Amino acid sequence: MIFGVDVASMLLGGVAAGMVLFIVSVGLSVTMGLMGFVNLAHGGFAMLGGYVIALTMKYWGLGFVPALLVGFVAIAALSAVLERLLYSRLYRAAELDQVLFTIGLVLMMIASVTVLVGPENQPLALPAFLRGQINLGIVQYRTYSVALIVVGILIVTGLWLAFDRTRTGAQIRAAVDNRRMAESLGINIGRLFTLTFAFGSGMAALGGGLGAEFLGLDPQYALKYLVYFLIVVAVGGLGRVTGVFYAALLIGVLDFTLKKYLPQGGTAFIYALTILLLLWRPHGLFGAKTT
Amino acid sequence: MTPTESPWADHPAAVALAGRHRLRAWEPIPWILALAFYFVFPKYLGFGTELLITILFAVSLDLVLGYAGIVTLGQAAFFGAGAYTVGILAKRGIWNEPITGLVLAAAVAAAIGLGSGLVLLRTGGLTLLMLTLCTMALLEEAANLAHDYTGGFDGLDSLPIAPLLGRFEFNPLYPTTQYLYVLAVLFVCFVFVRTLVYSPFGQSLTGIRENTLRMHAVGAPVRGRLVLCYALSAAIAGVAGGIWAQANAYVNLGTLGLDRAATVLIILVLGGYGRLYGAFVGAIAYMALSHFLSKLYPTAWQLGLGLLLVVIALFARNGILGIAELGVRWLRRPRPMP
Repeated sequence: MIFGVDVASMLLGGVAAGMVLFIVSVGLSVTMGLMGFVNLAHGGFAMLGGYVIALTMKYWGLGFVPALLVGFVAIAALSAVLERLLYSRLYRAAELDQVLFTIGLVLMMIASVTVLVGPENQPLALPAFLRGQINLGIVQYRTYSVALIVVGILIVTGLWLAFDRTRTGAQIRAAVDNRRMAESLGINIGRLFTLTFAFGSGMAALGGGLGAEFLGLDPQYALKYLVYFLIVVAVGGLGRVTGVFYAALLIGVLDFTLKKYLPQGGTAFIYALTILLLLWRPHGLFGAKTT
Repeated sequence: MTPTESPWADHPAAVALAGRHRLRAWEPIPWILALAFYFVFPKYLGFGTELLITILFAVSLDLVLGYAGIVTLGQAAFFGAGAYTVGILAKRGIWNEPITGLVLAAAVAAAIGLGSGLVLLRTGGLTLLMLTLCTMALLEEAANLAHDYTGGFDGLDSLPIAPLLGRFEFNPLYPTTQYLYVLAVLFVCFVFVRTLVYSPFGQSLTGIRENTLRMHAVGAPVRGRLVLCYALSAAIAGVAGGIWAQANAYVNLGTLGLDRAATVLIILVLGGYGRLYGAFVGAIAYMALSHFLSKLYPTAWQLGLGLLLVVIALFARNGILGIAELGVRWLRRPRPMP
């Protein structure tokens, strides 16, 4: 069954890409939903994270998994500092100011990385156990893609549990739905913001490292894929973990399939679809109707 | 009751409000400077032409962003639409007269603005931001795909543009005609925008920006006004794009890209939005800096630009003109009597 194999490998590739999209975008969705902050610098955090991961592997000889952890922690710490010092001043500011501030931040990130590391693409060497092919019974497929899918499923399950079952998760959901009410109930919104922002940026860093293998990693990464991250968030709905997950899978599979069968008009199709979707449901496929 | 019968007619606030639209003494200065530039720096006329076009583009954004308060990331869609209208018509030999070409460019851009505005402006916030961005990206992809007409990635070059008024040739090496032509078009468009923003229509736009809910409550047709403003701004952006294509005799995908849209936003904010002349100040500051710095130290330029944006967003929301206004107010502050 050639057709079945084709569909299976298409799905696997698309889902793997979707997982990376999800890991990067979930933080953006939660911070946008929670704080109403248009954070165009999110792709920058993913880019910085990818660099930390690639460079620690190259110069410190760290393994892939420890490097991912280092990247997560480093970017989470950096973004927590930025959030406390700068972002928090603009929570109540106009959208335009937030857009400008974060564009400025992205430009600074790109320029700093270009100066410190160089403008060229940064290769990321995968460890041996993730290279090559794996036999899944019906189809042979790249081990790394399969590993990405497994990791993605673990992460989305973990996030869903944390969001749905823990006290902090309940506080975040409460703050997304009605910030004033949550504040009056004694939830420390400021601390919650810093926490989710740092965590979301850390996830972006993780995604930057995990996706570097097929998205590449150069300073322009921060802007190149930003539109994709924003589309995923807008389609999935603000502040919805599961919504972002489905949207990321949808966009990932669509993009992967279209690039293969319709390399010319694929991107245009995704933009057109996004416009129609947002006109049909302005708060995204899975977003709440009232915000 | 006419305004003169009101007992408050000579209140300072009423006088200031009624005289808001009057020409101020310094307002001819930018135009005199622009004319002087023509005679003083004949070597930099190419740069000057680019600068004037950027000002025109920024003015179009000021109308929609500064006055109506619509945060758009896709203004370059209309610039590109205008540029490609001129480019395709000239390349195919259908139409190459410059002035009517601009009218056509404005019409096409306005039609796209009207069509997209009618659907996009139902939304707001992040959704609107995304929709404007996606519309622009969609147009860019469409222009890339239709390379039989648009030349695809390479664009269209050496467009045969007819001499202006049948007499003045567009010479790419000595852009004297281009400079004066662009200056004249900028002047006409600017007078139009200036009249518009001080008209009752412009007042209602400011009202919508400041408090949409209240404008709904007093019965203003909010969506109609926004869509009309969006289409008008698109038309001016289309003129800017069309004249860019005429002056440079080529069009490429860069006219439609996010780069151009982001740059004009930065320029407007740098100068100060919602104050007409912000476009002038911002464009001059940005273009002069980028012209001399970006080629020598491209990375430092990017770093400095980023820093500048962060500082503006955090501390100086009204840009250079805002800072200047603060300075003037500080100089004129009432001093305690000795």
